[in-house]
Amino acid sequence: MEMPAPDASILDRKARIVARLQTVLPLDSVIHDERETRAYECDALTAYKCPPLCAVLPSSTEEVSEVLKICHDEGVPVVPRGSGTSLAGGALPTADSVILGVARMNEVLETDYDNRFIRVQTGRTNLSVTGAVETDGFFYAPDPSSQLACAIAGNIAMNSGGAHCLKYGVTTNNLMGVTLVMMDGTITEIGGAYLDSAGYDLLGLICGSEGQLGVVTEATLRILPKPEGARPVLMGFDSNEVAGACVSDIIKAGVLPVAIEFMDRPVIRATEAFAKAGYPDCEALLIVEVEGSEAEIDEQLGLIMQIARKHNPVELRQSTSPEESAAIWLGRKSAFGAMGQINDYMCLDGTIPVSELPFVLKRIGEMSKEYGLDVGNVFHAGDGNMHPLILFDANKEGDLELCEAFGADILRLCVEVGGCLTGEHGVGIEKRDLMVDQFAPEDLNVQMKIKDVFDPKWLLNPSKVFPLAASESRRAG
Amino acid sequence: MLTPQTEKDVSEMIKGASEPMKIKGGGTRPIGRCEATQTLSTAGLSGIELYEPGALTIVAKAGTPMAEINKALTFENQILPFEPMDHQSLLGTKGDATIGGVVAANVSGPRRIQAGACRDSLIGVRFVDGTGTALKNGGRVMKNVTGYDLVKLMAGSYGTLGVITEVAFKLLPRPDTTACLILHDLDPTRAVAAMSKALGSPYEVSGAAHLVNKARTVLRLEGFESSVLYRLGELKTLLAEYGGMSEITQKDQAEAEWNTISSVKGFSAHNGDIWRISVKPSDASAVISSLPDNTEIQLDWGGGLIWAATPKGTDVRAAMAAISGHATLIRGDGALATFHPDPAPLAVISAGLRQQFDPRGLLNPGLMG
Repeated sequence: MEMPAPDASILDRKARIVARLQTVLPLDSVIHDERETRAYECDALTAYKCPPLCAVLPSSTEEVSEVLKICHDEGVPVVPRGSGTSLAGGALPTADSVILGVARMNEVLETDYDNRFIRVQTGRTNLSVTGAVETDGFFYAPDPSSQLACAIAGNIAMNSGGAHCLKYGVTTNNLMGVTLVMMDGTITEIGGAYLDSAGYDLLGLICGSEGQLGVVTEATLRILPKPEGARPVLMGFDSNEVAGACVSDIIKAGVLPVAIEFMDRPVIRATEAFAKAGYPDCEALLIVEVEGSEAEIDEQLGLIMQIARKHNPVELRQSTSPEESAAIWLGRKSAFGAMGQINDYMCLDGTIPVSELPFVLKRIGEMSKEYGLDVGNVFHAGDGNMHPLILFDANKEGDLELCEAFGADILRLCVEVGGCLTGEHGVGIEKRDLMVDQFAPEDLNVQMKIKDVFDPKWLLNPSKVFPLAASESRRAG
Repeated sequence: MLTPQTEKDVSEMIKGASEPMKIKGGGTRPIGRCEATQTLSTAGLSGIELYEPGALTIVAKAGTPMAEINKALTFENQILPFEPMDHQSLLGTKGDATIGGVVAANVSGPRRIQAGACRDSLIGVRFVDGTGTALKNGGRVMKNVTGYDLVKLMAGSYGTLGVITEVAFKLLPRPDTTACLILHDLDPTRAVAAMSKALGSPYEVSGAAHLVNKARTVLRLEGFESSVLYRLGELKTLLAEYGGMSEITQKDQAEAEWNTISSVKGFSAHNGDIWRISVKPSDASAVISSLPDNTEIQLDWGGGLIWAATPKGTDVRAAMAAISGHATLIRGDGALATFHPDPAPLAVISAGLRQQFDPRGLLNPGLMG
């Protein structure tokens, strides 16, 4: 992935810019030593690295505003950063940019059970939002698999999902309000502790805008009462087609599981070798989880198993206890780690209409042979969000490039069948150049016109989301 | 009347327009003042394009009547999750409400507290902006973070950013059955407290409304019968402190009760102004106290949505100035603005967006942004 060449005039002004930032922040909040800025050279897309000009770690909305005013005045690009867990390069800096990290802003500001919301600073991690309310019987629903580390700021920037969005939606469906600092330092509130904001849905626009429209420093999040219980059923099938048909039948039957997870044979074998979860050796495996009281769970699982039996499963195993549930989830939860034991991998995030599942899996299998790279599929089947894991060897000359080309072909396939490039990871730099496969030039242009309104100088995370050629004139402006 | 039959027609009509136009769906939800000399109707852009029950997805042209959508969904035992209300009895209008109109006004009913608003179920949109350019955003998959989310922006933009030509939704299975638990004789403060307790429980309450003049608080449970009855029992125990209760376990009766609540039928005889107020549920009582005595009130969304029928000319926004939230004048002929004014920085953004999407000011001018 190409990044624009740094602006030499900014590099020349580094000392002055750092000095100005130090006038509005404590000394330890401005990181400019080249040994220390390396800590911010990449996010979880580690194939791409570049230390920033400097990194700042403000501890209040006002400090964020002061930082942005200075950067706006100096014409310095700003790359907002939550916890740096982006798989898409959303927080990758350029040498002429300031990393604005919100990690020091991690307080809970308000918890309100009567009105079912929590207000937090956005440096707080996803899991610790739930952590703040779970002893009182509540939780925050979006649960990306990096939830132990990822920050709410990044969740909002990427509109993160998780395993349970079939029932609870993604970040945008659980976000009620934000405090937004715009590039010129203006602080504003959008939405609040009530449903539906006034006027245009700017909250919906901010969520998923990859840090390009403003820096979100505080968020009001919807919290939900924890269900009485949850239990999964595991089912194995001898073909992907049959598993796909079973997913469709479950959905049509009127049951709404909280999660439907799908694993194909390469992933099943890898997880068995790694975690020994006791999965059957079959072509496709589904884990379907439902929620409610014990009796409600039994009834729903009964119905789901009845449907599954019509598809002649090679295995059908209903959990009857927390231990059995943990055993069923064990393999799924260690799937990425298991694949990582075999080789380096690249994790894709395309989404497809559920009905296209068998065709897309078949095509991926064929392409895997053509490219000579193994691929495993593990994904959220209920909503069509695929996560093909392409195995490659980072130490082998040309393998990364081959893997990227394969990945791009899979994502183009997702778009061809009516899906999209990314379901929950975001575009970042990773899928930037594929945007032209999903959008016509005018569809991209109207999105860039929105950035023109929020950030006329194109200083916020400017080299992301849009193909560099498409955004070039604006970034130069 | 401009009556395009295709998206291309819309595009050409806007490109060729020299006068501003009012954008009309079924005409059942007129709102605000729009300074236009001609009308563009989306009625000709009609028909379900794709319906995949096994993928919980439907795509339809904007002018498709809601009746046609509902018929198709009923056949497959599915629903639009957000339960869009019918405005006809509230506003005294007549017509065929369209799916595009539902999106333009982000119409969301009682199930909003559980399943989200119209904008939350909307997964894709096609529209023609004020320059006549046909655009698309989102698609037909449930999870999509590819580029900016213009789908949300278009929902509730009342035709001021573009003429919506096609919409895609995710769906839900139709609940097997519906039941209501009704609490009697609570004042609004106690009613909101009871609703908050119910909504803070794990019993999946999918509707929580309070009819102030009848002192009737209605909680809804949906799902498979045995589960609904179980949760009804648990709720009764949980809310025992709130006194007199009754229940409706007949599906038809329970649905009729919610139909009345959803379409605010209680207000149909009222000839004053009608406001839709969004606040934190626990602020509902304070809002009610701030309004004139002869205001009719219905609370929905556990108290977070206040329907108020006030004497003509009542400035609800001034009355609730100390409370955070917003108020929309759904029907009123006075000098008051239809939409709650944006705070200054957001007003600049909204005006900027309007300028980008509709630089000639052709689409529903004066309505928004």
